Formats: sequence, C-alpha cells, structure tokens
Amino acid sequence: MDKKACDKILYIDDKPFAIGNEKNLLEVIRNAGYDLPTFCYRSDLSVYGACRMCVVEIEGRGVQASCTVPPEPGMKVTINTEKTRRIRRMVIKLLLANHSKDCTTCSKSGECDLQEAASRLGITDIPFECEEKKHPLDTGNPAVIRDPNKCILCGACVRTCREIQGKSVLDFVYRGSNTIVSPAFKKNLDEVNCTFCGQCVAVCPTGALRIRSELDNFWKMVLDKNKKVVVQVAPAVRVAFGEAFGIKPGKNLIGMITAALRKVGVDKVFDTTFAADLTIMEEATEFVNMLKSKKDFPLLTSCCPAWVRHVEQKYPQFISHLSTCRSPQQMFGAVAKELLSKEYGIRREEICVVSVMPCTAKKSEARRKEFSVNSDPDVDVVLTTQELIKMVKAGNINFSALEPQEMDSPFGVFSGAGVIFGASGGVAEAALRTAYKLVTGEALGEIEIKPLRGLKSFKEFAVNIKGEVISVAVVNTLSQASKLLEDIAAHKVHYHLVEVMACPGGCIAGAGQPYSIDRMAIREGRLKGLYQDDVDSRIRVSYENEEVQKLYDKWLQNPNSEIAHQFLHTHYHNRKRITGEDIGLFRKGSEVLPKTTVCVCVGTSCYVHGSYDFIEAIMAKIRAEGLEDAVMVKATFCLQQCGHGPNIKIDDQIISHATVDRVSEIFDRYIRVKYKK
Amino acid sequence: MGRKIKNREEFADFKGAAFKNFVEHGARVLICSGTGCMANGAMDVYNVFLELKINVKFKNTEKDIALVKTGCRGFCENGVLVDIVDDGVTYVKVKKEDVAEIVESHLKNGQIVQRLLYHDPKTDSRVEKNKDINFYAKQKRTSLANCGHIDPESIGEYIFVGGYESLWDVLSKTPDEVCKTVSESGLRGRGGGGFPTGRKWEFVKNAEGKKKYVICNGDEGDPGAFMDRSIMEGDPHKLIEGMITAAYAVGADEGYIYVRAEYPLAVKRLRVAVKQAEEIGVLGVNIFGSDFSFKIKVKEGAGAFVCGEETALMASIEGERGMPKSKPPFPANKGLFGKPTLINNVETYSNVPLIMKNGAQWFRKLGSPKNPGTKTFALTGEINNSGLIEVPMGMTLREIVFDIGGGIRNGKKFKAVQIGGPSGGCLTEEHLDLPLEYETLIEVGAMVGSGGLVVLNEDTCMVEIARFFMHFTQNESCGKCVLCREGTKNMLKILEKIVEGKAQLSDLDLLEELALAVKDGSLCGLGKTAPNPVLSTLRYFRDEYLAHIIDKRCPAGVCSALKMIEIDEQLCKGCSKCARLCPVGAISGEIKKTYKIDQTKCIKCGACLTACPFKAIKEV
Repeated sequence: MDKKACDKILYIDDKPFAIGNEKNLLEVIRNAGYDLPTFCYRSDLSVYGACRMCVVEIEGRGVQASCTVPPEPGMKVTINTEKTRRIRRMVIKLLLANHSKDCTTCSKSGECDLQEAASRLGITDIPFECEEKKHPLDTGNPAVIRDPNKCILCGACVRTCREIQGKSVLDFVYRGSNTIVSPAFKKNLDEVNCTFCGQCVAVCPTGALRIRSELDNFWKMVLDKNKKVVVQVAPAVRVAFGEAFGIKPGKNLIGMITAALRKVGVDKVFDTTFAADLTIMEEATEFVNMLKSKKDFPLLTSCCPAWVRHVEQKYPQFISHLSTCRSPQQMFGAVAKELLSKEYGIRREEICVVSVMPCTAKKSEARRKEFSVNSDPDVDVVLTTQELIKMVKAGNINFSALEPQEMDSPFGVFSGAGVIFGASGGVAEAALRTAYKLVTGEALGEIEIKPLRGLKSFKEFAVNIKGEVISVAVVNTLSQASKLLEDIAAHKVHYHLVEVMACPGGCIAGAGQPYSIDRMAIREGRLKGLYQDDVDSRIRVSYENEEVQKLYDKWLQNPNSEIAHQFLHTHYHNRKRITGEDIGLFRKGSEVLPKTTVCVCVGTSCYVHGSYDFIEAIMAKIRAEGLEDAVMVKATFCLQQCGHGPNIKIDDQIISHATVDRVSEIFDRYIRVKYKK
Repeated sequence: MGRKIKNREEFADFKGAAFKNFVEHGARVLICSGTGCMANGAMDVYNVFLELKINVKFKNTEKDIALVKTGCRGFCENGVLVDIVDDGVTYVKVKKEDVAEIVESHLKNGQIVQRLLYHDPKTDSRVEKNKDINFYAKQKRTSLANCGHIDPESIGEYIFVGGYESLWDVLSKTPDEVCKTVSESGLRGRGGGGFPTGRKWEFVKNAEGKKKYVICNGDEGDPGAFMDRSIMEGDPHKLIEGMITAAYAVGADEGYIYVRAEYPLAVKRLRVAVKQAEEIGVLGVNIFGSDFSFKIKVKEGAGAFVCGEETALMASIEGERGMPKSKPPFPANKGLFGKPTLINNVETYSNVPLIMKNGAQWFRKLGSPKNPGTKTFALTGEINNSGLIEVPMGMTLREIVFDIGGGIRNGKKFKAVQIGGPSGGCLTEEHLDLPLEYETLIEVGAMVGSGGLVVLNEDTCMVEIARFFMHFTQNESCGKCVLCREGTKNMLKILEKIVEGKAQLSDLDLLEELALAVKDGSLCGLGKTAPNPVLSTLRYFRDEYLAHIIDKRCPAGVCSALKMIEIDEQLCKGCSKCARLCPVGAISGEIKKTYKIDQTKCIKCGACLTACPFKAIKEV
C-alpha cells in the first residue's frame, strides 16, 4: 500500500478499511459490510445522535455514536464490545418499557425498525416496570395519523419537516421523559401548516406516524354489488410496488397490478397517466395562452397537492400564478364519473373511483370541496402504494403467480410524457414537449430534456420557442420551493414555468411508497424505471394520445374550453391563517337581543400592543352597559394586520389600532348603535 | 460620567475620583446584599441604617458613615452580615431591631455590640475581629476577594480596588502572549471538567473565521450551588474584565453572558455593570482608545438544567430548544451561530484578571502543582458554618469540613460529603485526607463539578440521597437521547422501589447495569454523569442498599416506608389513647389489655408515638 492510500485507512475490528467520501464513521462501517442498526440516522438529514444504537468503541476515545464521528485515518474501531452490546440492548429494553404493546395489530408490524432491532438483539423480556403512554391520537385529517404513544423520539420527522420541507410543523415539546413530538400548541395536523406531504411518515421508524388507511372502505366498495369500482393507478406506483415482494426498485409492474386489481373484483383498471396526458394538453395550452397574452410569469404547476397547499398557506400572493389545472388524479375522477355514469347508464354516486397513489397528500386533495358534485366526491377512495400491497396480501393473491394484464380502454392509453409525471422534472418536460408543438407546430427536436432529470432538488433549462427564450425551473422539496418563490418575489430570478413537487425526487419518493431506510439508492432505481417506461412507450408526447384526442373531439371540444374548465380546472384558497377555535371569554345566551361578536387578536404583535388591556376594558364596558347577554367576546389569533395592532373584529368588520383609550368610542360606534331602543 | 476613557491618564483621573469618593464618603459600613442575606431582611436592615445614620459621625470623629450594599460574603447561614470596616468587625444575624444598638453603641461610641458577634461553637466565645472567624481563617479568597467588600453596582469602587487595571497590560500584549500567560498559569475550567483554559483559548484563537464569540456560562443549575451566582451578584465587573481579556486573546468582538432567569439580582447587576462599562469605554468600540472592540449581551436562560451544557446553552442563545449536540464539532471550531466560540464559566473568567495582574507564577503558587489556583465551593448540609468558601486547590476535605465548616452540627458524626451536585459522587470518612483536585476526585468516583459540597451526617440514608439526585436529573433530562431520558427514569423507579422496601436483589443488579449503560452511552456530559450518585453510593454504601433490600430496613432510619411502629407489651397499660388518635384505625385492642398495631394499615404518621403517656410506643 502506498503512503497516500495508507493515510486514508481506518481499522474496524482490526481489519483495515479505506475511507471514501463517507460523511461519518457509521457510513464507513456500513460500507465495510456491517449492518449497524439506527433509529435516528438518515443520510439525507442532519446528524442527531440520539438513539445510541450505532455506538462503537474507538481506541483512545471510548464509546461513541458512530453517526456523529467524522472518520479519521488510523482510527481503531470495535463494533461489538461488552459496553456497546450492553448499550444497544439497554436502549431497546428502555424503549420497549414504555412503548405501546399492540405490536400484533400495529400497521407498521413487520416493517418496524424497533421491532426488528429487538428481535435481532434477542430481547425477549423487559426487566423494567412497563408504563404505557396514553396520549390522544391525532386523527383529524384524511392523510396521516399521529400516534405519540408509539414515538421513540428519534426526531427524524422533526428534521425532515424542518430540513427537507422547511415547514417545521413538528417539533419536540416538554422535557425529559415527558417529551413528545407535536405541532405547535398541541394542535392537530389539520389545524396547522401541514401539507400532508407525509415525508414525516416516510422516515418514521415505528408506527408513530402512519398513513391513514382507506382499505376498509375500498373492500366495502368492491364487495358492494351496486357499485362499479373504477381504479386509476399513478405512474410512480408501478416502479415501487415490487419492492414489497423482493423485486428490485424500478421494475415496471403495471401489468401485475392490473391483474391483481381485477382478481379482487374491481370493474375497470385505468391509468392516471392518461389523465396526465390530459393535464398536459390543458396546462400546455394555458401556458401558451400566457405566452400570447404576455401575462405575468411564472406559471406554477399544480399537480402536487402538498405544494398547492403550501402556496395557499405560505405564499397566497402566488395563488394567481398556480395553474388552474386540476391534478391528473382529480381530472381522472371528474372525467370518469361523468363519462362512465353515462356509459353504464347509472348515477354518478354508483361509480366508485379509487386511485392508487404514491402519495399521502392525494388523500387530502380528494377531500377538497371543489372536487365533489353534490357532495359526491370525484375520487372516492385514495390508496397508497403501501395500501395496495396490503390489499394484495389481504386479498389472498399469490402475487408471483399472476400473469400481467392489459389495462382497460379508453383511459388505459397513455404517452411516455405522462409516465414521467412521477419524477421531479417530468411534468415540465412533458409540458414543454407539447407546448413547443402548440406554438411552433413542430415536434421538439430533442425530446428528452436531460437537464431537468435526476434527483437534484433544483434544475433549470431554457428553450428557444419561436425566437423567445423560455426558461424553466424545476424544484423538489418545499424548502427549495420556498427559496425559489422568495427569489422570484425579490426579482432575483425570472422563469416562465416552474414545476414543483414536494417530495425529494418527485412522486417516486412519495410518502405512500414502500418504507425503506436506504432511500437514496431506491429513488435512483425507481427513477430509472420511469424514464425507461417513457423510452419504451409507443407514443411519447401527450398530443399524440389518440384517446385524449377523441375525448376532446367528442366532449371537451378544445383544451381550456368552457366545458374543459368546468371539469378539468379549479380554484384555490388563501389558508395563511392558522385554523382553530377562538377562545370564548364572555358568553351568555340571550334569545331577545341581536348578537354581536367581538374578537380580539391575542397574537404576539397585538398582545405587545396591548390587546389584553383592550379585552379587559371592553368586557368591563359591556358589563357596565348591561349587554353581557348579547355581546360575545372572544380571543382570536392573527387577523393579519400585524402592523396595525391591536386588531379586533366586530362581527365581520376589522378595526385596527384598537387601543384601550378607544374602548368607549369603539363601543359607541360599533356596538351601541345596534341596541338603541 | 459618560465620557469614554481613552488613555492611562484619563483612567488614573477616573480612579482618583473614585478614591476621593470612597474616602470622603466616610467610615464604611457594609450590608451584605447577597441573595441569602436579602432573604433574611438585608433591605430592612439597610433602610433602618439609612434612617439612623443621619447626622451620626463615626466614633465622634469628623467621619460620616458610608453605607454600602455589597454582594455575598459567603457566610450565608449567619446573615444578615454587617461589617464595620474601619474596625474589622463583622456582626452576624443582624435584624432590623438590632440596628439602633449598633449605631448608638458602636458607630457613635466605639463600643462593640458583643451579642451580635459570631459565636464560635468550638471555643464557646464571641469573635471580635472578623479575620479570626474560623470560617474565613483558612480560606484564600481571591476570585471572591471583592465580593462583600465593594458595591457591585459601582464601577468606580471596582476600579478603585484595582479593577480593569490589567486590561492596559493585556491590550499592550499580543493575543498570543495573553494566551501564553493563561496557559502558563495552569488555570483549568472551573465549570467541572477542569480542561486547561489556556489550551481552550488557543483553540479558539487558531480557529478559522473572522467572526468569533465569547460566552460566559452562568447557568448554574446544581441544587445548592451558588458560587457563580455570588460572583455575578457581588463582583460582576471582574467577570466582565475576564471576558474582555478572553475576547482580545481569541479575537472575538461579541460576547454573551448566559445567566438563569432565576437569578434576577445577578441579571440586574450584570446589566448595570455592562452599561457602566460601556459608558466609560471599557466595553464597546475601541476599548480604552485601542483598536479592539467588544460588546457583551446578557442573555437570560429559562432555567433548564441542561442549558448548562455548552452545546445546549448555545442552542438556547440561538433561540432553539436547549438540547445538547454531539461533539465534535467542538464550540472552538463551530459554536454559536456556527462560528468559533470560547465558552468558560463565571469562576474561570473571574480568575483571569488576577492572573493578568499578578502573573502566572503568582497563580501557580496557589493550590497544588497540577491544580493551581483556588476553587470556590458552596458548603452546605449538616455543618456548623455553611456558606460560600474559596480555598486553594488541593486542600483536604477534613480542613474544609472541620476547620472552615466548624464540624458537624449538633455533635453528630460525619458520614459523607456529596460533591459536584447531581453529576457528582460521594466521599466518605476514608477520603477526609484526600486533596481536592480534579484527578483525585475522578479516581474515587466523584468530581469537582461546579463545586457543590453537601455534608451529610450519620442520620442520612445514602439510598435516599441517590434517589433525590436521580429525581432531579430525570426531571431535568432534555429528552434527546434514549439512555438519559428513559435510563434516569428507570433508575429512579428502581431507587424508589428500594426505599419503599419493595425491591429484590435482582433490581440491584439491574440498577447497576443500567447505570453503567447510561454512563457509557449517553450523548452529553450530563447524561454520562447522571448515574454518578448511584454508582458512587453503590461503591461506598452497598451495605445500605442491601439492608433496604434484604432486611427491609433503613439503617439511618430515614425511609418512612421501612419504619415500623410497635407497642411494647410490657409498658402498654391499655388506655386506648393511641387507638382513638390513630387517623387510619390501625390500632386496636381491649381496655386494660395490650393494644396492637396493624402494620398493613399503619401510615407511620407518628401520632401515637408522641401521644402515649407511658412511652410504650416505639419506632423500630
């Protein structure tokens, strides 16, 4: 060995190993062929060092958590010593002592890292007094269930939400053994700025964060003789599904999925990719119209529901930039319900649209009020890839014995452009392929836009369309998206089209996909699978999808036509305000007098400006005037006039600068007038 | 004031003015206004003095009476302390009712008020001169030298006693030279670990980066410890002077003093001191007319014990949840806001001006060769003289407990000393002649820690002591790493079982195994040392654990669950008084026959014990 190579050697259990690009000792150890367990380490997150499972002994430095140690040449590392074994076993025993004991019925059973580590280390009894936590579950949203009783406080969700998504919805609260992970003020996820992207679920080593299963509902629909069950399968599902059956990531299994779905009794199996082609026709047209009218750019894509929700929550000023196109899932639902009910000659409600998605946010998207007609949702059931896997197992299907089957017509026909929707950059690539054609009348010369491909969180590309340079940005993860929007708002950058997907790498890494620790390699595999499917496709541009063309010819007329707008487009809401109950301070019932509600903001800014004093003064005034039966006083949070506090709202009217010296004036002007005899 | 000092002449002028003020003010009467004395009514005493001293001349001379509120003098058990400086007399346990007599008798007429002098239990006599009080006689007060002697809210008094003098010298040296002096002095971190201070400074000085920070760790969280508090309250400028020196040496321009919000007086006095220092140009831009600039912010912590751990402390300053991070990276390379950061504790910084002023060799002459200098301890527990002490390092426990501390209270027997707070351990009779040094203490399973010294007598149950500290630690665990979060909780549960007499021998093995795992495997220093009280008591007092577990007996008679109250058949006359008094109906019997206690019902309240007219009921 030459000297230079010698410099980069460390010793594990007395054997030399080369140090490569590993960020920490744990990675060196894993690359050296050891499978050291961890709960808190995730290669794409900051190092936390809390679970203490990856401890090793290093000569001269004693016991160290290997994930926290930078590898150094000459280091002498021992993996299994009396101390490290004792620590690993003790950690498991301690965690199990107050962990929920319903392993057998836990949805994570079989994939739970804690369960696996306990079994691996041969932990068969817990010597400590067991104490089960009794925290309430957070079940208030359609996508994610939060169960603090199964949480081992590894912090992976906290770091994911903060570092990957830039949202910080979750954080630790309380101290010591009372610590839990929770949204602010112990609110539920649906009451805070959660987008239901589910990336917290995707990193949770136990069942503390899990997908809300809709399988029971699915079976109910399938077994209901009066329902026609129509399934759509999203592109990213087919390249990840096989992982649960020991098949390499990236293998396209859509034929097997179709066969399995038919076997359990669904009536039609279609492809969301068809709807993706439809989306492209609409979105590319929208984009081309913007080009023509020189409208304010950029156009922001709207396929990713977590991203859409993020804009609604944090950047409502950009709502007008969001494409009005519904996502492929929702386009499919609207079209399927409308057309198939006519075809079968049954009512809309009798058709049950099931979608199989790589995504948890899609569950939330399907529940949006805009996407139902007379309370009948366009998409009835949203299953994730994980639920599909469970469905196949619960349906007693021998998966390996299945013969691949073709999808149903007409919504089973798709282009390669639609398939790559599952990858970050795919929507932009597909849109450009069609937009170029719409403007120039010619096909794009190089159909594969390589600069927009890959797992990188930011990519850009410029293309000359009829003399105009069109710039496109593609980002994934919401932290990157936020950064880009801030830059756009500050006029630091300019783009015509911006594609955003909330999950790292796009839908292939959606939270509904099979759970895995080694996420980077798996993402690569899935990505490759999708782009291969594009290459293998008979048609590769959306405008050549003949079934889509027929749809326009027979029914939708043209992209962006009035009828297309009715079925394929939508609108958005400002969700900047944290939802939740106001706090009633002063309330009695009265049947006689008309009611008035006074809401006083107790947010930080208004509090600092004296809103508490105002509350006391206005309550005293109301009492003095004998109107406590009629006027309700509530404390509320943020009326979004923070610069003008204290702010109050009397019925629907916001009054700023409501300082305590104005109590009488405000009372006379807004309250007394209503009660004048 | 308000003019910034730019050269030595101006400094001398300022000092001269302070001197004039100091002398012309008259005979100094010091009222200790440390937290302990404040709680005992120091403000009342001060106010009565203020009223009565008007028109009084000191001992019929021309001298007025100059009343000064000072910081802690350390002799807290005997507060309120009043010092008549000119006569070297200290009055102890002064109440506001006593002030008139002191004024009338001593201040006016020079007659010492004998009844308010310190009473030495050993010699059974009153001590007239404060230097003869045994509590002070063996101490070497250097970093505490000004505490209790100057007004902590006056920068003039600090400068008059020599404060900020060393800065002139520091600013004329190179940062390398300053680091070298600190290294040569052998000063070691007084926060517990004993890391060589000079080397730490070198690390930060050599770390790459333009922006650097200096932090003072004033988050003193150990129960019963108040060393840093006394310095921050009693001599805040010395700490600031130390920090300025450090900032100059490492090249920092911004500093933080992180102090617990539970120390409101310290927060207030530090803020006053920083403001005063800024006003005269000791802090701020171009200090003393030099090119060097440094500012200090006082940051209040919210009282989490874990924020005394340096990485958690920095997270707290940054506005994050106070949780420790793994090291490396060390603060010297990547500390506050990711910048190289020097972090030392209050006492360490307070030693710096003395070293700069008197030289490294002077410092080395104090203490022992490997452990130069002095160390402050908070001496508490079952001891005659409790309070704040400062002794040369290497002093034996015997000297501290029996000379300075005046021995065990009420003639009881010495049993052990709990040293170093919740992270520390126990020392027993066999260690009485052990020199108190960083290494020697580690060898016997204890540590200097921040310097809490709790003296325990024969009536103390060591298992209960371990339980007490474990209760504290598990409450204060940040909850980050599994071993500390869950380990301390389960150690506490086992200890509770033991003191309740419900444990089995296997629990003891489990306790030990768990303690070792937590010690070896925890993320931060606090977690690693959390099992120390358990391991240390197991090492020296295993028989007490065994007595609780096997015999279901508490040798010290402390653990109430293991007490039994019984009626002596010979002495009981069957009067039924006990049965009528028992709140839970545990005693039954027939009149004029022996009564019996149902042990399963008895709650050991002791009501029967005191009530029995025939002394027939006993605790066994």
